[in-house]
Amino acid sequence: MRILVGQGSCGIASGAKKTAAAFAEQIRAAEMDVPVDVTGCIGLCYLEPIVDIYDDNGEMTRYTKVTPDTAKLIFDAHVVGGTPYTPAMIPADGQAFLDKQTRVVMKNCGIINPERIEDYIASGGYRALSKAIRNMTADEICDVVLGSDLRGRGGGGFPTGKKWVQVKRQSEPVKYVVCNADEGDPGAFMDRSILEADPHSVLEGMIIAAKAIDARKGYIYARTEYPLAITRLQIAITQAKERGLLGDDILGSGFDFDIEIYQGAGAFVCGEETALMRSIEGRRGMPRPRPPFPAHKGLWEKPTILNNVETLCNVPQIMLHGGDWYASVGTATSKGTKVFAMSGDVNNIGLVEVPMGTPLRTLIYDIGGGIPKKRKFKGVQLGGPSGGCIPEHLLDTPVDYEEIAKVGAIMGSGGVIVMDENTCMVDIARFFMEFTQDESCGKCTPCRVGTRRILEILTRICEGKGKPEDIDTLRYLCDQINENSLCGLGKGAPNPVKSTLEHFLDEYEAHIYEKRCPAKVCKSLIRFEIIDGPCTGCGLCARNCPVNAISGERRQTHVIDPDICIKCGICEQLCPYDAIEIK
Amino acid sequence: MPVEAKKEQDVRLLVRTLVKEQGREKAELIPILHEINGEFGYISDDAIQELSQQMNIPTSHIYSVATFYRMLSTEPRGRHVIQFCESAPCHVAGGRQVWQKLQKELGLSKGETSADDKWTLLTTSCLGVCGVGPVMIIDNDIYGNVTPDQVPNILENYK
Repeated sequence: MRILVGQGSCGIASGAKKTAAAFAEQIRAAEMDVPVDVTGCIGLCYLEPIVDIYDDNGEMTRYTKVTPDTAKLIFDAHVVGGTPYTPAMIPADGQAFLDKQTRVVMKNCGIINPERIEDYIASGGYRALSKAIRNMTADEICDVVLGSDLRGRGGGGFPTGKKWVQVKRQSEPVKYVVCNADEGDPGAFMDRSILEADPHSVLEGMIIAAKAIDARKGYIYARTEYPLAITRLQIAITQAKERGLLGDDILGSGFDFDIEIYQGAGAFVCGEETALMRSIEGRRGMPRPRPPFPAHKGLWEKPTILNNVETLCNVPQIMLHGGDWYASVGTATSKGTKVFAMSGDVNNIGLVEVPMGTPLRTLIYDIGGGIPKKRKFKGVQLGGPSGGCIPEHLLDTPVDYEEIAKVGAIMGSGGVIVMDENTCMVDIARFFMEFTQDESCGKCTPCRVGTRRILEILTRICEGKGKPEDIDTLRYLCDQINENSLCGLGKGAPNPVKSTLEHFLDEYEAHIYEKRCPAKVCKSLIRFEIIDGPCTGCGLCARNCPVNAISGERRQTHVIDPDICIKCGICEQLCPYDAIEIK
Repeated sequence: MPVEAKKEQDVRLLVRTLVKEQGREKAELIPILHEINGEFGYISDDAIQELSQQMNIPTSHIYSVATFYRMLSTEPRGRHVIQFCESAPCHVAGGRQVWQKLQKELGLSKGETSADDKWTLLTTSCLGVCGVGPVMIIDNDIYGNVTPDQVPNILENYK
């Protein structure tokens, strides 16, 4: 018997360490010999902490939301008694969430121990490397990747094989492989999860890339915000070196390749490839114009392959099963699977890997379980701060690089933020603009000044001071910034505004002409009132109001003084009788 | 020796050790700044001057790098640093209320350090644990599914 406790960052944030400790303590007290092992995140974030118990016959029982108290109950029933503890077993929707996915990149996530290379090897790991290094020429490796039609998963969607061939063709003897693990899009966490749950798959992809272009040195540029991913990567690198899979004379082939982790220091723009390379060189991470592209002049002016985590993770699978196998999944222009990070107002939050071409509706309703609290769907933000908001009537759009772009969003790195009817789309556009404005590196004027101007206008609209000409000004600014910015961050910055203007214009108009926020979010456009009937005069709201804006006699209907009220919403949250109305 | 002088001596010693270990290549600048920031909580003027001498890089360049990145600070920080995730998934999951409660409880706004040097309140870019938002990190401890009510209890854990 073996107990596996999911300990990715999200599991740990939900208390997985305490759960694991509770199991260990029970085992010790009972003087039993059952190992409690670590695994990465399986992607069922909303059901963390997750515990898998493998019986001696190999059968696995999965438990979810396991607190230390539940751990004791599971221990008594299952570990000691031999009967599964049904109340904590994975619910049907959780099982369906996993069953409806196609896992290629995430096949090991939440299954193996990421800190043990033996687990990765036992699951077929490093077989692709062995095949590529021993039996294939550099051209053959490139051909297989070309044949798979794999495209960059970091957002750009550039064909990976083409990139490799371009670097391979350069006569310069020094070349680099860089893995972009600077996953900065808010709401995208698939790369973190892969790095924490299956770090060897990224290393294997990098070593194969190095073999294809004959590079000697590789870097993984990882975000400082992901400490656990960095720790597990470091362990993986050490173990791979001990086994002769990395470092000098890999697998006795005479090929040398080393990988170093480079920690970012917190700048969103460093996810842009030219900025990332400048950061490794010890400079401010600011983008430069392309061309020259990194394939010609990359890190320290040398030809460089720059691929993101998920892209590299696909490589070993493609080597093992062939380019045709990979290209048989997906749509005409987008092959393989894509991992989406689903969050926001959706029942089942987590990581979803599906074949390219899957409709958004399937993602949100079949797998995601729809919108909680019986609320209505309003929009879905795809592709992070450079992406766009997609409304209900376009939910049958298949996820495919080209189709998503047609409706005003981007595939991006695959962040899917679901928003219900209580979300104000003007506020969301303002929120994203605040982010890009803050993260703009300041190098080029359209992005630095343009995003600032957009933010000022959006803030004004949210405050009820919008002017009729604002909509045209916003459209003009969006086009200017998009056309004239230097890098992808600037070019994509107006997308949330552009797409909400296109799909949710009525909300902008309500704010500007009627001074009304239809979703009742924008503080300046709402007021809180106590309704006469339901209010029992209990005084709970008055006692908790931070500015003493509520008054009234006991057992009498209370009143809110609108001049004092700061619209914090605490009274509405606290009122047991739903007597507070937002108007 | 006065505290300030001792501190200066310590920081200069650390810089010299780090440069000796990691080398004078420009690529080592950010890793070394990380180490200094981790050890002292911020990168002081003394540290920048010593680094400049040891690595033969102008102070202006070091300062420009140190101020570019969010994780590096050139201002002293409190004993405990709170980083609250301000990204969209946490925002729509009730992050706004938690952020208000945090500010009220500590009496601090974004970027401020308390008078007793106990707390520094910061926001952070996405921590990638969106499944359990709202999320915050205090020092190295990560807290998920935070509600406004939990804030006082969480803060009490830190002395």
